[in-house]
Amino acid sequence: MSDATRPTGPMPAQLSALYQELILDHYRRPRNRGTLDPADETVAMKNPICGDEITLTMSFDGDRLAEVKFAGAGCSISQASASMMTQLVRGKSVAETERLIERLGEMLKGDAAAAADERLGDLRALSGVARLPVRFKCATLAWTALQRALVERRRLSHNAGGPAE
Amino acid sequence: MTSAPSAASAASRRADFPLLAANPGLHYLDSAASAQKPRVVLDALRDYYETSYANPHRGAYALSALATDRYHAARETLARFVGVADADRLIYTRGTTEAINLVATAWGGANVTAGDRIVVTALEHHANFVPWQQLAKSAGAELVVCELTADGRLDLDCLASLLTPRTRVVAFNHVSNALGTVNPAAAVIGLVRERCDAIVVCDGAQAAPHLPLDLDALDADFYAFSGHKMGGPMGIGALVGRRALLEAMPPYQFGGDMIEFVRDDDSSWNVLPHKFEAGTPNAADAVGLAAACDYLSSIGMTEVRAHEQRLTALADRRLAEVGAVVYGPTAAERSGVVSFTLGDVHPHDLATILDAGGVCIRAGNHCAQPLMRRLGVGSTARASFYVYSDESDVDALVEGLVRARELFGLGAA
Repeated sequence: MSDATRPTGPMPAQLSALYQELILDHYRRPRNRGTLDPADETVAMKNPICGDEITLTMSFDGDRLAEVKFAGAGCSISQASASMMTQLVRGKSVAETERLIERLGEMLKGDAAAAADERLGDLRALSGVARLPVRFKCATLAWTALQRALVERRRLSHNAGGPAE
Repeated sequence: MTSAPSAASAASRRADFPLLAANPGLHYLDSAASAQKPRVVLDALRDYYETSYANPHRGAYALSALATDRYHAARETLARFVGVADADRLIYTRGTTEAINLVATAWGGANVTAGDRIVVTALEHHANFVPWQQLAKSAGAELVVCELTADGRLDLDCLASLLTPRTRVVAFNHVSNALGTVNPAAAVIGLVRERCDAIVVCDGAQAAPHLPLDLDALDADFYAFSGHKMGGPMGIGALVGRRALLEAMPPYQFGGDMIEFVRDDDSSWNVLPHKFEAGTPNAADAVGLAAACDYLSSIGMTEVRAHEQRLTALADRRLAEVGAVVYGPTAAERSGVVSFTLGDVHPHDLATILDAGGVCIRAGNHCAQPLMRRLGVGSTARASFYVYSDESDVDALVEGLVRARELFGLGAA
């Protein structure tokens, strides 16, 4: 059997890189956990593979995200990613947020420049997920939910106007 | 039947499975999801395609007759393996899911009406829950759920209280996929017979691979199981039905093979088992599954059960030592399934950490969301054993859990 088809899990060093202090801290003391009521946008998503669930609620101040909260349950990767996200996107414009979503995706696909991009803040701690493709969806769940909310908001505000995405 | 327990026998069995033999460092503990395939099964598949392949039931030529004979010989082998004398009441399906949907659609559609009751249990896999829920919705029937005892067994008092004269179906699993609970199937069926004339539908997906079965004696109305969990190929399984019910109920699918006369305005159906096997049959996989039955018979199902119980008891003990919480009843009342959590480490993280040590486990809700709600957990980690598992697999599992404790800063257990 060739190495390409040999099933091998993560290396020990990759595990230590993944389960670092910062990620466990966000997992155990999640920031902005809860529900905004009232909220300008609410979106719920589920990862059907592992059953992780997330509900994002957010408020806008004009074009900017005023506040984002998350509820649900999941693994350390998905919870830390959601917690970090709510801190990072606060006060950002929709365009800036979309750029961050894109940048995170690049980092998780192994882009070294993205993994060093300071705009991603604490989220750079998740760069190790690039070597664990089975965990990709855990790291992106909250962001996919946020993206869906932004698309929905644009659709509502632009009505039949500009391109949706 | 009570051959001495030996690590050597499981180790030598490992050599019978090409994938495991090629990966000495792999600890495959996800057999409840699907079992690895012994070489004899892969050889049987290849042999069928290379020596006996044609469309069964079709050709008036010797090769097709050979293909047909081997298909039906495979059915006889499988029927014998699960203790069914009348092989024609064993219908091949794609697996347990299709078998249960067949019953819910064909029997349920014709026999369940508004105001009837369907009883399922809180221990069910979605495949033995949702088909009944949807049948109840479409027929205007009532779906009720039998609750569990605190240690994850069926609450037979609760079941008794749910059985009314309007109860038409009682659906339950013989062995729980999520906890490994071995349910007292004969007692459940006895209770139903005593109280009402409901049909009993038993999900045997986790029983056929792990327990000696005598389905003629058990006498469920319908019993479903899958081939891939017992070392057979993916895409083949069976529904064993009571002959009178199968003959009286309408077909599930229409097409070739299942037909007798086709007039312009109506048709009549072929005899059992063909009535429920529309289209070209999955004959090669039936032959592969028969080879899996022969393989298991060569070990003996009593020994398979004993081997798994030894490993399960060992795993329960070792997991408790590292601070894991195991769900469900004691090892003696479970199959080779260990469903557990470790501190606040999410099962999905456990799976990744264990993967680093070559240990393959399942993490999630195990297609049993009603059960997880009742257990009050979103998900569990599940390790499951089979004939090729041995103590080194338990060692590797425990080592991985110790590593998880370190990574998550849980300290020593």
